[in-house]
Amino acid sequence: MNQIPHYPQISISLTINGTLHELKVEPWVTLLDLLRERLLLTGTKKGCDQGQCGACTVLVDGKRVNSCLALAVSRDGAEITTIEGLAQNGELHPLQVAFIGRDAFQCGYCTPGQICSAAGLLAEGHTRSRAEIREHMSGNLCRCGAYTNIADAVEDVLMPRIAAKEAAE
Amino acid sequence: MSVGEITHIGRPTNRVDGRLKVTGQAHYAAEYPADDLLYGYIVGSTIAAGRIAAMHLDAARQFPGVVEIFTHENRSKAAWLDRSWRDEVAPPGHPFRPLHSDRILFDGQPVALIVAETFEAARDAGSLIRIAYDVDAHCTELEAKRAEAYVPPEQRSGIPPPPDPRGDAEQAFQDAPVKISRDYRVNAEHHNPMEMFATTCVFEGDGKLTIYDKTQGSQNAQGYVTSVFGLRSKDVRLVNHYVGGAFGAGLRPQHQLFFAVMASLELQRSVRVSLTRAQMFHIGYRPDSYHTVSLAADRDGRLQSIMHDAVASTSHYEDYQEAVVNWSGMMYHCDNVKLTYQLAKLDTATPCDMRAPGAAIGVTALECALDELSYELGIGPLEIRRINFASKDENTKKQFTSKALLECYSEGAAAFGWEKRSPKPRAMREGRELIGWGVSTGMWDAFLQKAQATATLKVDGTLEVATAASDIGTGTWTILTQIGAEAFGLPLEDVQARIGDSTLPMSPVEGGSWTAASNGSAVQAACDAVKHSLFKQARKMANSPLADASFEDVEVRDQRIFRKDDPARGLSVFEVMHAAELKEITEQGKVSPNLRQMLKYTSYTHSAVFAEVRVDEYLGVVRVTRVVCAAAAGKILNPKTARSQILGGVVMGIGMALHEEAMTDHRLGKIMNANLGEYHVPAHADIEDIEVIFVDEKDDKVSPLGVKGLGEIGIVGTASAVANAIFHATGVRVRDFPITIDKILNAPRPS
Ligand code: FES
Ligand code: FES
Repeated sequence: MNQIPHYPQISISLTINGTLHELKVEPWVTLLDLLRERLLLTGTKKGCDQGQCGACTVLVDGKRVNSCLALAVSRDGAEITTIEGLAQNGELHPLQVAFIGRDAFQCGYCTPGQICSAAGLLAEGHTRSRAEIREHMSGNLCRCGAYTNIADAVEDVLMPRIAAKEAAE
Repeated sequence: MSVGEITHIGRPTNRVDGRLKVTGQAHYAAEYPADDLLYGYIVGSTIAAGRIAAMHLDAARQFPGVVEIFTHENRSKAAWLDRSWRDEVAPPGHPFRPLHSDRILFDGQPVALIVAETFEAARDAGSLIRIAYDVDAHCTELEAKRAEAYVPPEQRSGIPPPPDPRGDAEQAFQDAPVKISRDYRVNAEHHNPMEMFATTCVFEGDGKLTIYDKTQGSQNAQGYVTSVFGLRSKDVRLVNHYVGGAFGAGLRPQHQLFFAVMASLELQRSVRVSLTRAQMFHIGYRPDSYHTVSLAADRDGRLQSIMHDAVASTSHYEDYQEAVVNWSGMMYHCDNVKLTYQLAKLDTATPCDMRAPGAAIGVTALECALDELSYELGIGPLEIRRINFASKDENTKKQFTSKALLECYSEGAAAFGWEKRSPKPRAMREGRELIGWGVSTGMWDAFLQKAQATATLKVDGTLEVATAASDIGTGTWTILTQIGAEAFGLPLEDVQARIGDSTLPMSPVEGGSWTAASNGSAVQAACDAVKHSLFKQARKMANSPLADASFEDVEVRDQRIFRKDDPARGLSVFEVMHAAELKEITEQGKVSPNLRQMLKYTSYTHSAVFAEVRVDEYLGVVRVTRVVCAAAAGKILNPKTARSQILGGVVMGIGMALHEEAMTDHRLGKIMNANLGEYHVPAHADIEDIEVIFVDEKDDKVSPLGVKGLGEIGIVGTASAVANAIFHATGVRVRDFPITIDKILNAPRPS
């Protein structure tokens, strides 16, 4: 990153995909631009830069967040998971597997946001039907129109979890 | 795996780039790192027509981190002749030249580029620029210019003008017992791929540039750069490995490419320029259009007259054209046809091909009109389409290479349950929701373009296939890998496709649904050529078991070349190459349209689209609850990615029917909803059930692979099927797309 003299910089620490980063950033840098331009974690996408498309969705302390609307300094101390951090030891997250199997993307540009959003949805635990999946995923636009396949992929992962939870109760 | 077991063509294979895309490892144009990278930010005009009187740049210049500001006053030298700016798909006219002069031709026209050490500095400095304008009168309203519409004097290459009239359409219309004449409008739409246009221009330091650009044609964009800046072709490499959607917007080079390269050359540094979402509305768009469609039939529903007059918008500097009305002369059998297509100039950017350009709007108007005529006749909307089936292309009098449209009707209707439809509008309901079912035909060209490819068989038995094609979400990576794997009987893992790079063998831009047929056939031809040379080498070997075989007798599979009638008699690829002292065998493949065949035949993809809508009787809210799209598209290389293409087209068609509309304040000449919150594209909640059917269609003439292409057909006919369903549900006919709630509620209530 190119340094500009006389810029106010604020020290923050973020844990990103399990790694602690001590960073100095100007207060106006968004979490999205920090990830993409300074940490070269370009898996998180910019589709509008104004909170209208969901391409930039990441998990902040387990909750899905539009990273273009979050200033990096306001998340000091947070734990962040991006698409690069979803797979564990080279093994894909079940949502990633389902997205491939269901062909739940075409150009792939909305995909990291869709997957992170779906991971957030699973963690929220209140989505129980396909209709609710569609509703609760509506913050993530897909111009390629992969919606039905995305709903299939999320259902593939969600429904067995609901069934297992019910069986356990 | 044993002989003959692997077949890759026709399999629902997962995308080969799937893993990269779901893990965030696929790199798009703005995602390539470069040392000392600078960021460019484009500032656009705030008026639609006039001249720049003065630019106040001091505050922006002093902003920390700003390196340079480029305007028309200090821009670098670029080509002078129009022809140097004309890319492969440019329409007739004077291509737009960023920063060429003080003239403003459209709102949002780029007037300055700020280059800074960080993105934020460039953006923030941009907000400090003040510009004074001498404002000219402008017009952005097509309605106001309709009276001045004209027939474009110069035809756009590749776009057929309307066919000459046949029969006497006016007289036949007068004489027919049943007729309608209606006006339709399809509002301007914007492509809005999720990835915004971006270019990372890497200044390599040895006079060479490596450019990562969002484009549908690496060679088209590379050619533009070299000709505009007078660079040597071998010094400029342009890469577009992954493209985050484009839908036509990436056919022509966009502003950011010019700016990134200009700044890079001037400052001798690497530069990245991205458009903002708002700026994505100031590039090409699907033109606004008005249509008058007049149809007449005898009492049995046979069409006696078809007239379709369309007026579409273009810019002041180019005559953008598409085939809008031609479809009305060939979708149905009719002896009396008159079609006209005119343009009207507005103070906007030049429109740009958007998914199924021309057909998406022209067919929508025709298919709504035909639906209206069917009610007038008391004949079912599916029936009237069957009655008027055209067995040849009546515009050109040529035969179709195949046309399984009747099968689309019957298989689509069966899957949809069409026979349970009540013929009367407003007859089906559930609670406060009125239910309607509509149908439409769809049609799109099955093109074959000139394309080249290479195939390289390596001594370890693996294969590489290469062509400068693009994958904009279409599945090009995957199908080319499949074609290579099929040719050599290899598992997919042993085949590497290479695309998205201007240095690869010649390819047309990725558009028009021709990539699978064209680049796919070129790859297949290259593979064939490699097999031929492998066979030649094998036969030359001492004591070759293939010495007495001819090429037709042998097969290549599992890294062996052997006799089909006796698979034990053969050689491994390794043995052959080793004996010939070769590390690899590379051959070229080429395809081009068969001009002789084209004198007699023409090729199209067809579809039947069935839609169910539910309309809230009190609120006018429309839900599209079911769509069945049955397509006849020749051979399907990969049913999984093929299906996705159709799904995407249908979703965009639903957007056209219900949501998408650029809203311009004509007093200002500005689009007021230039963002994804207010320009609504379909979201998850809007899309319910979509079923895709590929009807069986064998076609040995359309392309060497028998493939027709699928990128556009899904959108054609979808908006009309939805509109027709809304009429069936409500008895209200809205002829102005998108069909928003206000139009449904304000329409006169049916009696
Ligand atoms: S980029 Fe953040 S919501 Fe679109
Ligand atoms: S896959 Fe292209 S936008 Fe969703």
